[in-house]
Amino acid sequence: MTFEKFLFYVFAIILVFAAVMVVSRRNAVHSALFLVLAFFTSAMIWMLMEAEFLAITLVLVYVGAVMVLFLFVVMMLDIDTDAMRAGFIRYLPVGLLVAVLMVAEIALVVGPAHFGFDHWKLPAAHPADYSNTRELGGVLYTVYMYPFEIAAVILLVAIIAAIRLTLRRRPGTRYQNPTQQIAVRRNDRVRIVEVPGEKKMEIK
Amino acid sequence: MGFFVDLWNALPQDLQTVIWILVRIVIIVAPLMLLVAYYTYAERKIIGYMQVRIGPNRVGPRGWLQPIADAVKLMFKEIVIPTGANKFLFLMAPMLSIAPALAAWAVFPFGPEMVLANVNAGLLYILALTSMGVYGVIIAGWASNSKYAFLGAMRSAAQIVSYEIAMGFALVGVLVAAGSLNLVEIVEAQEGGIFHWFWLPLLPLFVIYFISGVAETNRAPFDVAEGESEIVAGFHVDYSGMTFAVFFLAEYANMILISALTALMFMGGWLSPFHGWPLLGPLFDWVPGFIWLVLKTFVFMFLFLWFRATFPRFRYDQIMRLGWKVFIPITIVWILVVGLAVVYRLPWWFD
Repeated sequence: MTFEKFLFYVFAIILVFAAVMVVSRRNAVHSALFLVLAFFTSAMIWMLMEAEFLAITLVLVYVGAVMVLFLFVVMMLDIDTDAMRAGFIRYLPVGLLVAVLMVAEIALVVGPAHFGFDHWKLPAAHPADYSNTRELGGVLYTVYMYPFEIAAVILLVAIIAAIRLTLRRRPGTRYQNPTQQIAVRRNDRVRIVEVPGEKKMEIK
Repeated sequence: MGFFVDLWNALPQDLQTVIWILVRIVIIVAPLMLLVAYYTYAERKIIGYMQVRIGPNRVGPRGWLQPIADAVKLMFKEIVIPTGANKFLFLMAPMLSIAPALAAWAVFPFGPEMVLANVNAGLLYILALTSMGVYGVIIAGWASNSKYAFLGAMRSAAQIVSYEIAMGFALVGVLVAAGSLNLVEIVEAQEGGIFHWFWLPLLPLFVIYFISGVAETNRAPFDVAEGESEIVAGFHVDYSGMTFAVFFLAEYANMILISALTALMFMGGWLSPFHGWPLLGPLFDWVPGFIWLVLKTFVFMFLFLWFRATFPRFRYDQIMRLGWKVFIPITIVWILVVGLAVVYRLPWWFD
């Protein structure tokens, strides 16, 4: 077994363990933290596949930003776990049905008929000066130009929609106007007045 | 001596590589820790003088042994774990905050050849690691099971995520200007004297990067996560002894990292400021590049202390306004400007 293979199995075991913990922990914060571990470990597996750009971006975007916001929200929730577990038996059939359907769907795609070394050749290892980032950029901005731009516009629309939905103007709230505050000059606020002092006593 | 050489040669090749890498890690981390210790001393002294005080002057000559005394004191203090705290996460949080602060140095070049790992995506790696530092703060705040700690963690989470965007965009400008994610190549792209460095064509990004760096490290005037006048000590209010010291180490290591990165990406790294000048250039050629890098880093490290002594703490909404409504629009516009300058090969920098 080569060192890389050994690393792969280590990461794979951690990843599966973390994924199971995400759905089995009662405490939502623990689940979120295990999801962070799962993201990080999958990034390491991508790194083993020489996809360093995607691996680091996964850590940067999902671990560094998305999961921080997730934790932010989850930590502030006060979840009543008893009420959450109350309907377990009632929802079990539906849950099982969904689970079976999902497993079947996954099997259809990654079953032996479509997966394995016969269908997907082992990619050749790249030379040391191969830059994953450069190659990705080259393809993304030439061949996949339109899908890339369209995805960007869709995301922009989502941003605008999210801001519009959460924006509420409350009448009667007093805001500061920073431009006004910065525009204030010394002469508007301070006036130097000459106060006539008492006359100095003359010492004879 | 011959015995040790034989012993070394008897080791398998892989083990030799591992030992050699470990030795180089120690060569980087040990001086860094010493620098952190004396940075705290410098902070107390400099802020002392700025406030017309003397600062620490009791331990050793002129107080030079003060950081050692502080370290010993913190090591022998009891580590108190609050009753309602989540013990595992509570002890995990300081480690999560120091690990990224140290790991980021792996790709940091101290000279053209002096780098532990000269990876292609060095800039991305540093961005990813610095973005992970926030977990230490959030987990500490949550695991302490205290209102004050939690408030500090929440403030910090929102603040760091906001300023990371501005910071990332500023680095996108650097990456466009240099045409590479490799830190060594970024410095080589700035080849030349002080006016060839990126601070001039990327001036707004340079300023924004450094200010965002101050915000990312939770330093004054962005220190609402600690906010001692409002929430005692914020996220680390329940930490004591060595667990507190590790948070402290991480904060100062991060400050040094941000200073060093600013020197590297905008101030020409190890390049001499007089490089290529008619008279001064040859006069300073003998100075090793490492010295220039350290000097530039010290300037930014001093700025961190100067800020703390000068500015009052921002209010929370002011922090958010500055990050989202001022910095991010400026960076986006300036990336466009840099892009045009690179495409049309603006003379002096990009020709």
